[in-house]
Amino acid sequence: MDLPLWATGLIGFLIINAMLVSASVLVYAERKVSGYIQNRPGPNRVGPFGFLQPFADVVKLIMKEDIAPRAASPFIHSLAPVLMVIIAMTVPAVIPFARGFVIADLDVSVLVVLALTSVSVYGVTLAGWSSNSKYSLLGGLRSSAQMISYELSMGLAVVSVVLIAGSLSLVDIVEDQASGWAILGWNVIRNPVGAMLFIITAFAETNRAPFDLPEAEQELVGGYHTEYSGMKFGMFFLAEYVNFFIASFIIVTLFFGGYLIPFEPLFAHVFYDNGLGWLLGVLQFFALLAKTAFFAFLFIWVRWTLPRFKYNQLMTIGWKYLLPIGIVNALVIALGVAVFEALGL
Amino acid sequence: MLTDFVPLFLMMALALGLALSLLKLHQLLGPKRPNLIKTAAYESGMDPIGTARERYSVKFYLVAMIFIVFDVEVVFLYPWAVSFRDFLAADAGLGVMMVVSFFILVLGIGLLYDIKKGGLEFE
Repeated sequence: MDLPLWATGLIGFLIINAMLVSASVLVYAERKVSGYIQNRPGPNRVGPFGFLQPFADVVKLIMKEDIAPRAASPFIHSLAPVLMVIIAMTVPAVIPFARGFVIADLDVSVLVVLALTSVSVYGVTLAGWSSNSKYSLLGGLRSSAQMISYELSMGLAVVSVVLIAGSLSLVDIVEDQASGWAILGWNVIRNPVGAMLFIITAFAETNRAPFDLPEAEQELVGGYHTEYSGMKFGMFFLAEYVNFFIASFIIVTLFFGGYLIPFEPLFAHVFYDNGLGWLLGVLQFFALLAKTAFFAFLFIWVRWTLPRFKYNQLMTIGWKYLLPIGIVNALVIALGVAVFEALGL
Repeated sequence: MLTDFVPLFLMMALALGLALSLLKLHQLLGPKRPNLIKTAAYESGMDPIGTARERYSVKFYLVAMIFIVFDVEVVFLYPWAVSFRDFLAADAGLGVMMVVSFFILVLGIGLLYDIKKGGLEFE
């Protein structure tokens, strides 16, 4: 968007606030969904249907005492949650929310997403190391090993998408999926293995169950955030929920047509002819939101359905299955692109 | 071109502001009554034994090393992936495909060797 800097800043500010609100909605949704999955009502005391519960939790977290172990490294101990929040809140800048509506329209936005998610490994590792507690250290180590292992497969899944689109820009990748009838142009149809690979690695990268070994309560207490209390813990919590919301956005953008509405080319001209282009943009935004909400629900659903992997199983899946599958998939997609180009499709 | 990144850094600055204000708010509003027990590292109710800055399994180091090798591989694949259609348009598709396949084959042998040597066994 070609907007003055203050307008971009204002939109960024609004989006960060929207992310905060959606994080609380997701916390509420997770507790409510898990409640119904386990045949209990979930939070229902604070506000109508317990809807104000996450807001009450935030107030509680801020009012709590900030306890850090005296053996900890104070600066790094505070740096880690700050890092996590910055990463979680910066990624929305490159997500195209509707046609022509993206804060930072970069040529390399895919690389920016991958780079930022890699940096969040530092947040987890530093949190685990700086606390100077054995549980935290083990949690941080496990977490960093898990995240870097799955980052490779994630990168390869993205390579297969880039091969199809021929561009590193998320906007181009979404527009590239507009071809084909209804949803046939979506990358999930053209590249189903890559889509599965990316969804699985997204679960691992966001440390969500069944890959939530970093915070396996039964063995590691709280994992890397054992020694965090009050709002510092709240910041990890916030980052986790924003992260899986953003992971849903990225899954939708890369594989499920982003903001595209099925059959959009059939009726898009009606909007443009009547000068209602902005209304189409709003509809696209809601289409994106609906698809994203489904994947956010999937994240919650999976967490309360599947048991956690053992650590050796986790490593085996990552290195011996997902990585070779990712490499072969990238080559197959390349061949497919070559064949389709040769046939002139 | 570089000005494209300004909004990204702006967003980063806003996020930093949010994180710092949350920390500051937490410091201002929370009580501060530390004592010896409270500031000890958590160890299931026992007094912590020693420090956590100890030696840990060399396996993690191995994983990190292999990660570097394969991450660089994936990074090398990106330029190829972006310009693959251009190579096809220039009728260089077959040659490029063979080069990339050889590159991946070499690394695939490396991965196979690592698996056979048990570098990725976490038992």
